Amino acid sequence: MELRLDQLSVDLGGRRVVEQLDLDVTAGEVVGLVGPNGSGKSTALRCVYRALRPSAGVVRLDGEVLDSLSLRETARRTSALTQDGGADVDFTVAELVALGRTPHQRGPVRLSAAERELCERAMAQTDVLHLAGRGVLSLSGGERQRVLLARALVQEPQLLVLDEPTNHLDLRHQVRLLSHLRATGLTILVVLHDLNLAAAACDRLALMSAGRLVAVGTPADVLTAERIAEVYGVEVQLTRHPLTGDPQVLFALDRSQPKEIR
Amino acid sequence: MTTFYRPLAARLPALRDGVLLPSALAAALVVSGLLAIGLGSAVIDPADTARYLWAAVSGGTISADEVSRYQIVWQIRTPRVLLAAVVGAGLAAVGATVQALVRNPLADPYILGISSGASVGAVTVTLFGALAVLGIHAVSVGAFAGAMGATVLVYAAARTRSGITPLRLVLTGVALAFGFQAVMSVLIYFAPGSDATSTVLFWTMGTFGAATWGSVPVAAAVVLVGLVVLRRAAGTLDVLALGDEAAASMGVDATRSRRWLFLLTAVVTGAMAAVSGTIGFVGLVVPHVTRLLVGATHTRVLTTAPLLGAVLAVWVDLLARTAVPPRELPLGVLTALVGVPLFVGLMRRRHAFGGA
Repeated sequence: MELRLDQLSVDLGGRRVVEQLDLDVTAGEVVGLVGPNGSGKSTALRCVYRALRPSAGVVRLDGEVLDSLSLRETARRTSALTQDGGADVDFTVAELVALGRTPHQRGPVRLSAAERELCERAMAQTDVLHLAGRGVLSLSGGERQRVLLARALVQEPQLLVLDEPTNHLDLRHQVRLLSHLRATGLTILVVLHDLNLAAAACDRLALMSAGRLVAVGTPADVLTAERIAEVYGVEVQLTRHPLTGDPQVLFALDRSQPKEIR
Repeated sequence: MTTFYRPLAARLPALRDGVLLPSALAAALVVSGLLAIGLGSAVIDPADTARYLWAAVSGGTISADEVSRYQIVWQIRTPRVLLAAVVGAGLAAVGATVQALVRNPLADPYILGISSGASVGAVTVTLFGALAVLGIHAVSVGAFAGAMGATVLVYAAARTRSGITPLRLVLTGVALAFGFQAVMSVLIYFAPGSDATSTVLFWTMGTFGAATWGSVPVAAAVVLVGLVVLRRAAGTLDVLALGDEAAASMGVDATRSRRWLFLLTAVVTGAMAAVSGTIGFVGLVVPHVTRLLVGATHTRVLTTAPLLGAVLAVWVDLLARTAVPPRELPLGVLTALVGVPLFVGLMRRRHAFGGA
């Protein structure tokens, strides 16, 4: 599955939040969308999973314009981990994961034996199988995030769109989740805040600032000290990971400030 | 909304298969109905009740000295008990749906201004003698029209270009309900007789006492169609509970779904209000009790809640007309008296809505 954002612009509340964004994600590629808060990353993503209609420009899946497909058709090919953060009511984990089959069925979800197995596999992959009978409202933030990812996986997408999937996750589960995402072989567009994780997990990075695409390319190309200083306003040192060679961003806190707040 | 349920179903897997509890409730409904038809100021034993009902349905014969008892059973109590069951079921299902639609556990079928709209419609018809051509149905039609008018107004006022958010819907409904109440107060204040006052009392307290074979079938048909359609929309309601963004990513257009479900619940609630007034508490509490019993999945909720609501309404109505004869207690008073302790008890036992 190939994703293309073509001159995408989005106005929200009379303000241009995304400005003429061009971005390609080729089949099987993992592309990370990075940038400061409010730079338009999530907004661009929302256009891909169709929670939002672009004001101008189009999103294409394998060349087809999204607007020409029904929501259900899109949902059979694309699934998303959104920032909605779970459920209003206390579904069990197994019930919530099963809802991922919705776009493949008519009416309320009734699982076949194969689909039941698919759900269990997804829960095992995201390490939530032992929680299957638990109510989702009693889960920790990290557990809930993994449950939602399992739900996105049972949708059997070709393209997976994730909005800060490592939110609330501990180190072990951050690493596990990103390695697992890579192992799925799906086409992936993911918003990440941790630049080091992004550099380790993504084939390419797209750096956004104030609604515009500032740079796109391999992590080593995109993450330079000058660019990070310019976009984030933070002085950083760059080094390479001793094993993988991925760029790693190091920063030092300004310790000259007095510790007491008056 | 953080509805913190630990359903009984988690401990009793038998509740979760979705057959046992509904079957038991359906049986309880039939038995309750027969008992309720038999009980009252004239007590008729269940065997005779069943025989009269059979005679009425099959066109059989009864002896001459049984005619008055037959009349009580067939012309007075049967429509009343049927209406109670139908409205109880409808309120429970609509309540569960509306709570999911507006994502608020405090929502009930009337939250969107429907009850006060119906009252305004009914009072207007009573006072001004409008719709006189419709005869005895004028007030019901007026109430239904008022309910629909209120719904359209609330929806139009709440919507924005980017669709309709649950919170706006609730706030608009609550605000406009105050407006309708004000209109009603003015109408009553300046009304000459006491007709308007008693109409208002009827509509705000609710009763099944006005049930006749003329009105019950229409309301029943609307409610039953509503129940079937809502039950089929259970999957959509499940997805809506995950949030509008997630819903879109799963192929469900939240705005569009909310619009037609909102309209459907309004029509069903309006039809119920037109024949029975507004009966508080059933539509709020029965959905919660149901979720405590069977879990949150709407397929199960929308199967069990209507049955539970129907049984509850039949018994509450029986209590209302037999507790302090010859007077009838207002239904709203009883639903609250029965429902509040039941709900608080269940909530405390099951640690629902947060807390350990």
